[in-house]
Amino acid sequence: MTPDFLNTIEVILNGLMTGVMYSLVALGFVLIFKASGIFNYAQGVMALFAALTLVGFQTGQIPFAHLVNQIFGTQVHHWGSGMNNLIAILLTILVMILFAWLVEKLVLQHLVNQEPIILFMATIGLAFFMEGVGDLMWGADLKTLDVGIPSGGSFWWEDVTRTWVSEGYEYYGMYIDLLDVWAAGIAVLLVTILTLFSQYTKTGRALRAVADDHQAALTVGISLRSIWVIVWSIAGVVALVAGIMWGSKSGVQFSLSLIALKALPVLILGGFTSIPGAIIGGLIIGVGEKLFEFWVGPLIGGATENWFAYVLALFFLMFRPQGLFGERIIERV
Amino acid sequence: MKFTKLLASLALSMSVVGVAYSDLVIPSLDYRTGPYAPNGIHFADGYADYFTLLNERDGGIGGVPIRFLPCETAYNTEKGVECYESTKGEGSLVYQPLSTGITYQLIPKATADGIPIHSMGYGRTSAANGRVFSHVFNYPGTYWDAASIIVKHILDQEGGDLNGKTIALVYHNSAYGKEPIRTLEKLSEKHGYTLTLIAVDHPGQEQKSQWLQIRRERPDYVMMWGWGVMNQVAIQEASNIRFPMENFIGVWWSASENDVIPIGQGAHGYKAIAMHGVGDDYPIYDDMRKYVLDAGKAAGDGSNLGKILYNRGLYAAMLASEAIRTAQALSGVADISSEQMRDGMEALSIDEARLAELGLPDFGPPIQVTCENHGGPGLGAIQQWDANTQSWSLITDFTGADREVVDALIAEDSAAFAAENNITPRDC
Repeated sequence: MTPDFLNTIEVILNGLMTGVMYSLVALGFVLIFKASGIFNYAQGVMALFAALTLVGFQTGQIPFAHLVNQIFGTQVHHWGSGMNNLIAILLTILVMILFAWLVEKLVLQHLVNQEPIILFMATIGLAFFMEGVGDLMWGADLKTLDVGIPSGGSFWWEDVTRTWVSEGYEYYGMYIDLLDVWAAGIAVLLVTILTLFSQYTKTGRALRAVADDHQAALTVGISLRSIWVIVWSIAGVVALVAGIMWGSKSGVQFSLSLIALKALPVLILGGFTSIPGAIIGGLIIGVGEKLFEFWVGPLIGGATENWFAYVLALFFLMFRPQGLFGERIIERV
Repeated sequence: MKFTKLLASLALSMSVVGVAYSDLVIPSLDYRTGPYAPNGIHFADGYADYFTLLNERDGGIGGVPIRFLPCETAYNTEKGVECYESTKGEGSLVYQPLSTGITYQLIPKATADGIPIHSMGYGRTSAANGRVFSHVFNYPGTYWDAASIIVKHILDQEGGDLNGKTIALVYHNSAYGKEPIRTLEKLSEKHGYTLTLIAVDHPGQEQKSQWLQIRRERPDYVMMWGWGVMNQVAIQEASNIRFPMENFIGVWWSASENDVIPIGQGAHGYKAIAMHGVGDDYPIYDDMRKYVLDAGKAAGDGSNLGKILYNRGLYAAMLASEAIRTAQALSGVADISSEQMRDGMEALSIDEARLAELGLPDFGPPIQVTCENHGGPGLGAIQQWDANTQSWSLITDFTGADREVVDALIAEDSAAFAAENNITPRDC
């Protein structure tokens, strides 16, 4: 094989891996939209907040330390050397569940039966509020996140693929980031768990019932409020996973909330109501934008990925307005 | 009669209040929130703490206290302009916009209002031409100086010959990131290297394509013009593809602890250009701890002291305060106006002895600003990160840019700006 051909495969492979990272963010959007019809603008900030909280627990940071110090004139910042990864992750999950409960109690409960745009606006407010609370709680400085996931190029893969090149060519082997491989594995595991949960548990079936028809679910005694808490909790856990993966790459900082922008074309393409759609959509966007940047980018100055992802999603919309896996909306007059 | 008396006493009390509140107003366009907050906090802390030190230790400058006016911009241009508009009426002496975008917006406004701007090592490079940009200063160096000095360093590494070498520029796809391109193109014509341009869109959280390209093309050196998360991701990706870190050199805005610490050992050897010294081994930090930190008056928790961007904020504040002193000496007035401040900035002169006197010996190169040259000496050194000791060190002396190339570009660009805006260059 020629190096050019192998380079193209490398780009596709890395596009798939990047797509998985996008899917992790898109999943949270899908879960909430599917169960409640709310486009949760705050999903990116939830990933940031979860990652901030995790690092805070890991490093033994005192929440709201700056505020406490201002009020009481103290100089406290840490309560100890922190806690191990597993306990920190479990505690963060608890915080995200508490957050879900508060969202239902303080926001959603008061907006039942409102127009979707009202609910959407509420999540915009929620996003700004959470960003502010995250800042106040954990500070806006850059935090290093390490949960022990390996990262960096795989030597083994480089060595294996180096032999694939035809004789007479110089080739350095194919690159793949171990962190991306782990992210792909975790995404597969996450989707499997979510699928099993929704198929084989009573709560999962209730979630599907609510997703299919709110009114019918209510008539058979399913508590919409409980379902919302559960769905927002699950979305919180998904946000934590996305936060860990993205935060491990770049450190945890407030720009992390902007990863939501990468999930939007995935949702447009995959559909807002389909978990497989979020995965497949992510993969198509990942591969599409990487290939475009590889082939066309150098000819037009590069940095095409941000806008090309949207172009690609809109192209698919022309043929399937509901997205690849979205539910077809049929309104009878 | 009573009403007249009341008015008279009110006027008197107001004038007394006016005297009592005479002060030197320093606005600070901070960003402690938003995607670039981790860097903004360090700079803002250094900027604020230096003025606090002067107030606490010296009672201000020339006997006049400093009134510090922080305003949060979140690195957002619109908010930055709002901050300017809401604080300029307070008697603000100088603005440090801390963003190339905000600087571009404020250049015409501040010039019309007679308030100087100090875009220290950022903003519009050709503002170094004081004949065209009367109220804009970018000393001690510009982006074009930085680009040229980095190329000089690479020349030193390569024994003075760059023929056949490739240098890639990984840049933030914005006005800021594109600033060095013309200089690097001119220098490539002069030195014979091939320049590869690799853009990264804001915010730069995902750079896989860019680093796969670098891995395929194997440039000899990579330069970076990044900011915020783009820096950390770029250094992480460079480490992932095992690009030799000693051949990866960032501009001074890609040169903080924030950019390298999250990468751990992988960032060992990364280089960047420096406009000032590193660390906290300077006498001024003894005073900073005594009068500011230990007194509980620090802007932050004190953990940032000596970090690169804290030092930069402190340096910017020192340069502003020295310009105030110069303005006070020139005008014979302690409570100076913004126009007098501008005159002070234009006559600023800081030599090695003065730096030592300020508790900052060898912290930066001597600075001489003139009517023609608002860009200062245009010197820079190279700093390198040691992941084992978690510290930066300067590995070269401060050296100058290729003035032949840089000055010609400044003259060309500022002339174009003057023509576009109907500005007749001043006689200096």
